[in-house]
Amino acid sequence: MIVIEMLSPALILIVAAVLIPLANDRIKPIIILLAPLLTLAAIWQIEDGVQGSVLFLDYYMLEPVEGSPLRRLFATVFAIMVFFGGLFAYRIASWHELSAAFVYAAGAIGVCFAGDLITLFLYWELMAIFSTVIVWCGGTPGARDAGIRYAIMHLLGGVVLKVGIEGVVVATGSIQIQPMLATDFSTWMILIGILINAAAPPVSAWLSDAYPESSVSGSVFLSAFTTKTAVLALLLLFPGEPILIGVGLYMIMHGIIFALLENDARRILAYSIVNQVGFMVCAVGIGTQMALNGAAAHAFAHIIYKALLFMCAGVVLYRTGKSRCTDLGGLYRTMPFTTICAIIGALSISGFPLTSGFTTKTMISQAAIDEGYMAVYFLLTAASAGVFLHAGIKFPWFVFFQKDSGLRPKDAPFNMKLAMIGCAAICIIIGVFPQLLYGLLPYEVAYEPYYPAKVVFYLQLLLFSGLAFFVLLPLMKRTLTISLDTDWVWRRGGKLLANLLLKAIDRFTASKDRIGTKTVTTLSYLTNRYLGQPHKADSEEKSVFARSWTIGTTALWISGLLSAYVLAFYL
Amino acid sequence: MTDPNEKQSDDHWLVRPATIRNIWIVAIGVLLLTLLAEFFIPTKGYFGIDDWPGFGAFFGFACCLLMVLFAKALGALLKRDADYYGGDDRD
Repeated sequence: MIVIEMLSPALILIVAAVLIPLANDRIKPIIILLAPLLTLAAIWQIEDGVQGSVLFLDYYMLEPVEGSPLRRLFATVFAIMVFFGGLFAYRIASWHELSAAFVYAAGAIGVCFAGDLITLFLYWELMAIFSTVIVWCGGTPGARDAGIRYAIMHLLGGVVLKVGIEGVVVATGSIQIQPMLATDFSTWMILIGILINAAAPPVSAWLSDAYPESSVSGSVFLSAFTTKTAVLALLLLFPGEPILIGVGLYMIMHGIIFALLENDARRILAYSIVNQVGFMVCAVGIGTQMALNGAAAHAFAHIIYKALLFMCAGVVLYRTGKSRCTDLGGLYRTMPFTTICAIIGALSISGFPLTSGFTTKTMISQAAIDEGYMAVYFLLTAASAGVFLHAGIKFPWFVFFQKDSGLRPKDAPFNMKLAMIGCAAICIIIGVFPQLLYGLLPYEVAYEPYYPAKVVFYLQLLLFSGLAFFVLLPLMKRTLTISLDTDWVWRRGGKLLANLLLKAIDRFTASKDRIGTKTVTTLSYLTNRYLGQPHKADSEEKSVFARSWTIGTTALWISGLLSAYVLAFYL
Repeated sequence: MTDPNEKQSDDHWLVRPATIRNIWIVAIGVLLLTLLAEFFIPTKGYFGIDDWPGFGAFFGFACCLLMVLFAKALGALLKRDADYYGGDDRD
């Protein structure tokens, strides 16, 4: 029996998504702002544990809604993000983008509460489909192409995940979501399927390829859900899977290095998502309570400040039509509000004391210390410096300061300003009163983020990274270039391989033809030589037995056949 | 400190050479302060090496230097013209 507790809060957003295209311009903003708040209220009504189950295929018990502090935390931040994203977007985004964003978010919230693997998979695919629509809403030919590549990657990821889920279900007979380790084929497939969504190597390029092609508001929605749902899935299914430490560290460094090379402001932010998700993946790999708390807390903080940064870049794109660092600069003159918000977002992502990043990212470092992982700790610390370099300073510096580009755009419209104020406030509130967030974490938090020696250490680390940026500024000069990422493999590599194959086939056919012609000439020479000439020089009858044979050859054949007959008779 | 050739319209207070010089002075002052703070707040290292005085400053600067140089080297290999994937991506 369906009972009200078994209805996922995601359904509210789906209903809203259906209503958005039907509503007129006065009611639409109300739906867009009210639906996430209702969703948030519904999320907090869900109690811990499974809220009822439905028999499926006479054997499997589907559990559409299962509550736990971890699930509630992710759903909460997703709902907050739908609210601020909607507030930011509702005046400029088309109805199909807004509707798609709401269903996409519904998918993410559905995954949060999915109590079994089948429900999880369904919401997972919902996200894949509607996030693709958002990429397409970028509206440019580039967005169309990137959307197709994005869809292929995510559908592929979905298939891999499905193979894994089916394998696990066959092996264990259970569709329960429970912690596992990547030990056999099925669990590896699940892990790979999730990691594709987390933008892990070697396919992380789907993210930096697609997100910057989306619209001004689309990137705000995209930045929030897909990768963080993957982090949640890892937290639920693979806590303490050691391979994730390495994967996470690679993502962290990959994000930094490519963001340093990048010229497009929104692509810099896209690479820093890879970098930040790397921190969370690494924390899931460490797997202690401190680490898992850190991953969850960091995901919460990250979603908000990354949305804030994408909003700032979005406003710049909206007002100037440009997002390349080489075209921008000096915008602080006329966009002081956006500049300040970008700085707050940039300080938060860098983990500057008194911002949200500091109170969450240092939990992950602390977990590495507690486990005695020296290399991991130093790499995380180096990465903190690197984040300040590429996102903390580089992004605001090249967009809002550096040279005077001559652009004098207006500052953000009021609704965008409100959304940005909201996000910036959350960044600072979590930074100053971390206990508010710590209270929501899955495990009890015995962690004090602020003590003098640590604050001094991080101030030194970050401020000297800043010094390094300005000392090395000549090396950081932006060029009108892109950098080849792994997407080269499927954007160019595949084509090259296909061309090589085609060439090889051509050559094979050519040599086959040559050999064929040669064989025919040789054979016809031999037939001419030993089996006789064509009847006449211009004879149509070219077949061997239609030819005139010399008497001698005929006599030879007849005697040969007769001898064979005689032999056969006596045998 | 004002350059007579500089046009008045470009002269936002933030980009005046005097301001920039002052910013550098203040910034270097702050950097020194963070180093001096270690005299009053003893460092707390976890793995021995991070107990050294000024480790955070050195580590931050050195890591950034390495990362920028590495990125630069990799860039020489991976950078392509902005329209490398261009229009012929669509076939």
